[in-house]
Amino acid sequence: MLCAMEQKAADITAMSFEQALQALEAIVRQLESGEVPLDESITLYERGEELRRHCQARLDAAQARIEKIVAGPDGAARATEPFSEGG
Amino acid sequence: MPGPFTDDNDAAGGLVAKGAPGDNAAPLSISEISALLKRTVEDRFGFVRLRGELSGVKRAASGHLYCSLKDDKARIDGVMWRGQADRLPFAPEDGLEVIASGKLTTYAGRSSYQIVIERMEIAGEGALLALLEKTRAQLAAEGLFAEERKRPLPYLPQVIGVVTSPTGAVIRDILHRLADRFPSHVLVWPVLVQGQGSAEQVAAAVRGFSALAPDGAVPRPDLVIVARGGGSIEDLWGFNEEVVVRAIAESTIPVISAVGHETDTTLADFAADRRAPTPTAAAEMAVPVRADLLALLGELAARKRRAILRPVSLGRERLEARVRRLPRGEALLQAPAQKLDELSERLRRGLADRATRAKDRLQADPARLSIALLQLRVQRAQDRLDAARIGPVLVTQRIAGGRDRLDALDRLRRQIDPRAPLARGYVLVVAPDGTMVKNRATAAAQPALALEFSDGRLDVLPVEGGTSPRRARSRRDEGTPRQDDLFG
Repeated sequence: MLCAMEQKAADITAMSFEQALQALEAIVRQLESGEVPLDESITLYERGEELRRHCQARLDAAQARIEKIVAGPDGAARATEPFSEGG
Repeated sequence: MPGPFTDDNDAAGGLVAKGAPGDNAAPLSISEISALLKRTVEDRFGFVRLRGELSGVKRAASGHLYCSLKDDKARIDGVMWRGQADRLPFAPEDGLEVIASGKLTTYAGRSSYQIVIERMEIAGEGALLALLEKTRAQLAAEGLFAEERKRPLPYLPQVIGVVTSPTGAVIRDILHRLADRFPSHVLVWPVLVQGQGSAEQVAAAVRGFSALAPDGAVPRPDLVIVARGGGSIEDLWGFNEEVVVRAIAESTIPVISAVGHETDTTLADFAADRRAPTPTAAAEMAVPVRADLLALLGELAARKRRAILRPVSLGRERLEARVRRLPRGEALLQAPAQKLDELSERLRRGLADRATRAKDRLQADPARLSIALLQLRVQRAQDRLDAARIGPVLVTQRIAGGRDRLDALDRLRRQIDPRAPLARGYVLVVAPDGTMVKNRATAAAQPALALEFSDGRLDVLPVEGGTSPRRARSRRDEGTPRQDDLFG
């Protein structure tokens, strides 16, 4: 049981924001349909909560970070440096 | 002008050339005339602009470009040395109408002249558009613009690569719009977006982003925006060049093209996965609005909370509905009680009905019980009675018989009546208790005695001494057993 839970948690971590959002929406719909057995609905709810936290984390982590590519002699990107407008 | 050009006709007559008197012009060697020609041509046509259609375009291994310019009646060879050819903003090809600028020169070795092209431009927008269309058709034929090549953009890119000029409004617009919608990690690959070498730089940047390893030092974008502000068709020309188009088509990262204004369309736009009308629009395509997503997330969470309570409330409702439908205790008894009442009534009525029916049947069936039937039975009984011949004589005979016997017995009785002798003077001696005294001893033992005569009783007292009475009495005693026999 615990193993399965961890497995699920790992699944969620690997999800993109959109996947997690879609999964969450699917769970909400399922719950709203009222066709899920009560006990199962609690498990679903918990998974929904995990998904919501994941999405929230992805949104919270979003911050502007603007960099400029520094190309090497071969023209390939070698490093980045902070970008300043007009620089 | 004196010289070889003014020879008279007679000069044609000689077999061997000889100098004529006064002739100070020796024959010119070919090299001399060629050199003369060259100088003349180059002096006279040191700078010309020619308009014509390119044909026989050939790029030599050396990098020099050879071609011809022609119109409907004439043609002239042309050459463009590598230095200039490399800087051409377009790829010269057959059929393209160009304006070539340069100087005329001669090529002595072949008795020909040609134009050494310094600059070559496409002859007007019409020609440019014709070239564009030709390139477009060719690349489209290769399938570079095919709809099925288009990839979906990531919903929420983690890193966005932007290929554009690091200065100017374009990058500023993109960064501002991204910041408004969803602050993101942006990598700017600075390039020239106009003029010589811009196409190569743009292509190299697009390829450079694609070449980034997923876990390398430079984060690999999951979306690339190729952007440039508005401008003339010439300004935007770099984005029509094959090298840019191919780089975009071959990009391993989805590409949004945002070149020029809405009305400007470049081949880069055709090759990109999405075309944005402006750089700002590209930023809008690139990321969703973070606030919207937060709101959506909040809404989903709220719906989820509501929904999880639903099965409970639903279950409660169902339970209550069933509880409401449970009959009350008294109601449970009502129906049986009513039934009992009904059955009782039917029982009562049934009995009455049954009696009535039986009575009806009884009365309705004259054959079973009637006066006639009774009379019949009486008659029959009468007949049987008659048949039995029972008459009063049967009784009267017996009565007569009985009476005769009774009379006989009565006569006998009177003959043996113990009191009968009384009339003839005999007496009965009786003890006080009513018993007959038969002998003297008994009489002597009695306190008192009674004597019965035919006309009544006389009480007497026994006295010792007198013998006669006792004898009399003893005689009487002798008669008694005879009486017993009579009645026995």
